Amino acid sequence: MTTQLPVAPATRRSRFALGAGDQRKAGPIAYVLLIVAALVSLFPLYWNLVAASNSGARVQQAPAPLLPGSHLLDNLSVAWNEVHMGTALVNTTVVASVVSLSTVLFATLAGFAFAKLRFKGRNLLLGLVVATMTVPPQLTVIPLYQIVTDLHWTDTLQAVIMPSLVAAFGVFFMRQFLVEALPVELVEAARMDGANSLRIIWHIVFPIARPAMAVLGMLTFVQSWNDFFWPFIVLTDNGTPTLQVSLAGLGAGNHTVDSAIVLAGALISTVPLLLVFAFLGKHIVGGITAGAVKS
Amino acid sequence: MATSVKADSGGSPASVPPSPAQHRRPSPSSLRSKIYHWDLKASPYAFIAPFFLCFAAFGLFPLIYTGWLSLHKVQLGAEGQAQWVGFENYAKLMGSEFFWHALVNTFTIGVISTVPQLLMALGLAHLLNSKLRGRAFLRIAVLTPYATSIAAATLVFAALFQTDYGLINSLLDVFGIGPVQWETSKWPAQIAISTIVTWRWTGYNALIYLAAMQAVPNDLYEAAALDGASRWRQFISVTIPSIRPTILFTIIVSTIGATQLFGEPMLYGGNVGISGGSGGQYQTLSLLLYQTGWTNNNLGRASAIAWVMLLILLLIGAIQVITARVNRKKLGG
Repeated sequence: MTTQLPVAPATRRSRFALGAGDQRKAGPIAYVLLIVAALVSLFPLYWNLVAASNSGARVQQAPAPLLPGSHLLDNLSVAWNEVHMGTALVNTTVVASVVSLSTVLFATLAGFAFAKLRFKGRNLLLGLVVATMTVPPQLTVIPLYQIVTDLHWTDTLQAVIMPSLVAAFGVFFMRQFLVEALPVELVEAARMDGANSLRIIWHIVFPIARPAMAVLGMLTFVQSWNDFFWPFIVLTDNGTPTLQVSLAGLGAGNHTVDSAIVLAGALISTVPLLLVFAFLGKHIVGGITAGAVKS
Repeated sequence: MATSVKADSGGSPASVPPSPAQHRRPSPSSLRSKIYHWDLKASPYAFIAPFFLCFAAFGLFPLIYTGWLSLHKVQLGAEGQAQWVGFENYAKLMGSEFFWHALVNTFTIGVISTVPQLLMALGLAHLLNSKLRGRAFLRIAVLTPYATSIAAATLVFAALFQTDYGLINSLLDVFGIGPVQWETSKWPAQIAISTIVTWRWTGYNALIYLAAMQAVPNDLYEAAALDGASRWRQFISVTIPSIRPTILFTIIVSTIGATQLFGEPMLYGGNVGISGGSGGQYQTLSLLLYQTGWTNNNLGRASAIAWVMLLILLLIGAIQVITARVNRKKLGG
């Protein structure tokens, strides 16, 4: 099963940095098309800022504004107070951090076992990991909701965190990385010296896996930050939202607010991740191309 | 060492010379050695246990339990009073107009979001795969939509597609087109929702293609160029066949994503979002599942919808396997 997966041959060094690739120079048409693509990608975000900084009346008037206005702070403060955005920001940070840490930790342990240890049922279990990547949340949401209700966890953060503690994609990602990056001789030598498994994990696997762990952590953080379906179902009381649930409440017409304020809310949920992208964009690009290909 | 657990050299035969450290191994009779052997045998399972325990509890068990629920009449919060009805939920779905509409909508929205998305991603990857100034910036720029949430992206696009004062209708007006009813007409609404999906994922897929393209040996292009192949011809005859497994992979992943569309149609519709628009013109299977289970309080029927989705995914998986086989035969491999 795994042999059919598209695995781009990558050397250890180029793992998280795209190489130069095709060395032919791009022509002018290529530049035009790429710049158009970049503008189309960025324009909705720019316009989000424009709409969030104009008055609601101005946004709902044709033709739509194209330049930022002076109402940004007003709109942000209305959005912030309307749907518990402050609480949501803290909640989302907590959820995304816990989910990322746990996913990275368990994925590294399992990825190491699948990559470098031989045990009965390994191939079968690895196949199962790959297969579970295709199970969407819709298929499990009803019993999960019942479990959460029975535990009286509705409207709590652990209800959001619990089903996301592990990720099949993460296990597979770490396995693919460690197959190449971790020389088996290193593990064997440590064993010969009598090192137990925990020491091997701590002193050999973690240091070598660190770059991949960072990438997996970032990808998981982005995904968890933006998750909508399950939080929307399990956080029904407006008092304990995540950012996306707040935003849905703001946008779904439950509140008498105009689109400038809704989009100010959208800005609050987007900006933290955009800042992450501004600083770590290169690494995230490298990580996606290194890992996602093989999922 | 009489144990099946040992470090694995990753497929290739172990070529490690007998280590000089070997004689330092603890003597077989000591307690330490017993612990050592036990550790060696058990640790792989200990390492994979957290994943499989969590998966069993929050993945596999709920999946099967959903199937069991789908054979019952049961309401939210009253699972104790579940009443066996056999395949009645499925039969009712098959006879339900709403179900077939949702199924068809899921399919059409899936097609008009996945096909252009992947074609554009291929083109974009091809363009990015050459000597470029500002390459890093362009790559990050096309990936930026991936960092926005479904909720934020949908609300921004809902404002852009607004019929009376939205920017897109203003732009179309310049060309004498419109105004297009992006919310109430069926196809425009489905196109608008597909646009959100396409915007968020095109750059991501382009980077996946780019990574695959960079693994294509340059010699192939040089040889093709010597044979007089144009760049377009090289793209069709060298690039595409070389990255075929990656293309297949993105098709599968996008299709799986398309079967579960929920947030985009829901938030795009504002206060009529839960029912998939004023006339259900973009109601998807996921929305119908939510509406059936949580609004109409019919968990059994909602579970049946979930299992129909599972069957669709299995079908997609089967098609993947068959396509991969046929491809391999064609290539004579």
